[in-house]
Amino acid sequence: MMEKMIFGRYVPADSLIHKMDPRSKLIIIFLFVCIIFLANNWITYVLIGIYTFFLLGLSKVPAKFLYGGLKPVIWLVLLTFIMQLFFTKEGSVVFTWGPVKIYEEGIKMGVFISLRFFFLILITSLLTLTTTPIEITDGLEALLNPLKKVRFPVHEMALMMSISLRFIPTLMQETDKIMKAQTARGVEFASGPFKERIKAVIPLLIPLFVSSFKRAEELAIAMEARGYRGGEGRTKYRLLSWGAVDTIQILILVVLTVLLILFRS
Amino acid sequence: MDISLEKVEYRYQAGTPFERLAISDVSINIPSGTYLALIGHTGSGKSTVLQHLNALLQPTEGMVKIGEYEIKAHQKNKNLKPVRKRVGIVFQFPEHQLFEETVEKDIMFGPMNFGVSESEARERARIALNQVGLGKEILEKSPFDLSGGQMRRVAIAGVLAMDPDVIVLDEPTAGLDPRGRKEIMDMFYSLHKQRQLSTILVTHSMEDAARYADQIVIMQQGRVAKQGTPEEIFSSPEELMQMGLDVPEVVRFQLSLEKKIGRKLGKICLSIDELAAVVADMVSGGVRP
Repeated sequence: MMEKMIFGRYVPADSLIHKMDPRSKLIIIFLFVCIIFLANNWITYVLIGIYTFFLLGLSKVPAKFLYGGLKPVIWLVLLTFIMQLFFTKEGSVVFTWGPVKIYEEGIKMGVFISLRFFFLILITSLLTLTTTPIEITDGLEALLNPLKKVRFPVHEMALMMSISLRFIPTLMQETDKIMKAQTARGVEFASGPFKERIKAVIPLLIPLFVSSFKRAEELAIAMEARGYRGGEGRTKYRLLSWGAVDTIQILILVVLTVLLILFRS
Repeated sequence: MDISLEKVEYRYQAGTPFERLAISDVSINIPSGTYLALIGHTGSGKSTVLQHLNALLQPTEGMVKIGEYEIKAHQKNKNLKPVRKRVGIVFQFPEHQLFEETVEKDIMFGPMNFGVSESEARERARIALNQVGLGKEILEKSPFDLSGGQMRRVAIAGVLAMDPDVIVLDEPTAGLDPRGRKEIMDMFYSLHKQRQLSTILVTHSMEDAARYADQIVIMQQGRVAKQGTPEEIFSSPEELMQMGLDVPEVVRFQLSLEKKIGRKLGKICLSIDELAAVVADMVSGGVRP
């Protein structure tokens, strides 16, 4: 039942992107999200498109997974496209049908904004597809480390993140198990009237909550029993290593930024 | 109700890189009234087989027949509720499925989903609670205030109250103390006899399989490695040990006895009483070892 949800899951492969340092990947994503707003004409969007597909190609992740990431947001993208199409009233009229007038600028804006959405989703899902959750948290912890100076609990936050990421599969398994148990008791999750299906959530959620709290408590006890006492003086098992690829990737992004600034109108 | 699996294959996450073959070419026939034990190591596909028994999983190849229902691969199945009404599953750690405010409501939940009236469900809750050996006084309690063993019994009562024709047990006694274990297993056995249920027991325990089952199926790496009556299965203990499975203690005792006295006792005994009778026979027959 839950096993179909493969969106955003780490797909192991031997590629340059997989081997990159999580820190550089995080920096690149952060910058990408910023510079994508520099694009405002065809040339700049083509540039961003080329860059996106360059990274996707390097990652060797099968297209099916990328599509899986796009599927849930396709409706959102379509909606924004339609909104732009009807509500932008600039440029020359391309098409008239009764009271509805479609403007040239509307089509352009619609396409641009949809593209922006697609590129953003592709690049961000590329991060989770090529980086294990643990790498991501390690990377975040390393990047946020300076914030410790202002008493920001970086280590605790990273720990919280890795624990919650770690328990997502467990929770999914548990959900699947309880769903099956309740299905065997006559609950219908997938069919039946809408009201019934909403009601069906209760026998699923309550057991999930109960076991999550129980598990949290057990985990806390297990951690204390093994001597966990916060991040003070803790060393790392996995060391991050910044390689030439990372520097090159960052440079490529810088070049892209410069190009975008030059070509934007 | 007869159940049969015909050349069933199941793949998890078929069509993705995470695809995994769980069971293949599994054919098992369970005539009405059988007590069948399904044995195997963790990961041998027992639980996957079990979930086919009330159409929680649809085979990716082959067919499952449950009474007059046929669940085939590559085919949409609609309205499986009547099947699920007749096949009750007690999952591993069934106490995890409790959610209602009171024990009574939780036990009534299953029957009422299958269209039983409230008053009848209430009646069934009382009967089921009695069957699992709990007193009426806990009916109004919250299931979360009970002890682990009591919760387990309440969850089992919730399945029994559905009044199924077939009952599927996935290691129902895992994590219980020896006494509770025996009580629950005996309870299922007497229900099996009284109501002429079909019972399918998934277990690690050879002792339980030997004591209760008429049929044993041994699963190994997603396939049926061996099936037959307990006598047939345990008559070749070497084979079982090769598969890394245990032999009931009685059988082990008999085997070492036979080795010591240098002769066979003629048949495999599955309980201490049976073995004692055979040995007594042999001794009183005047045949000295």
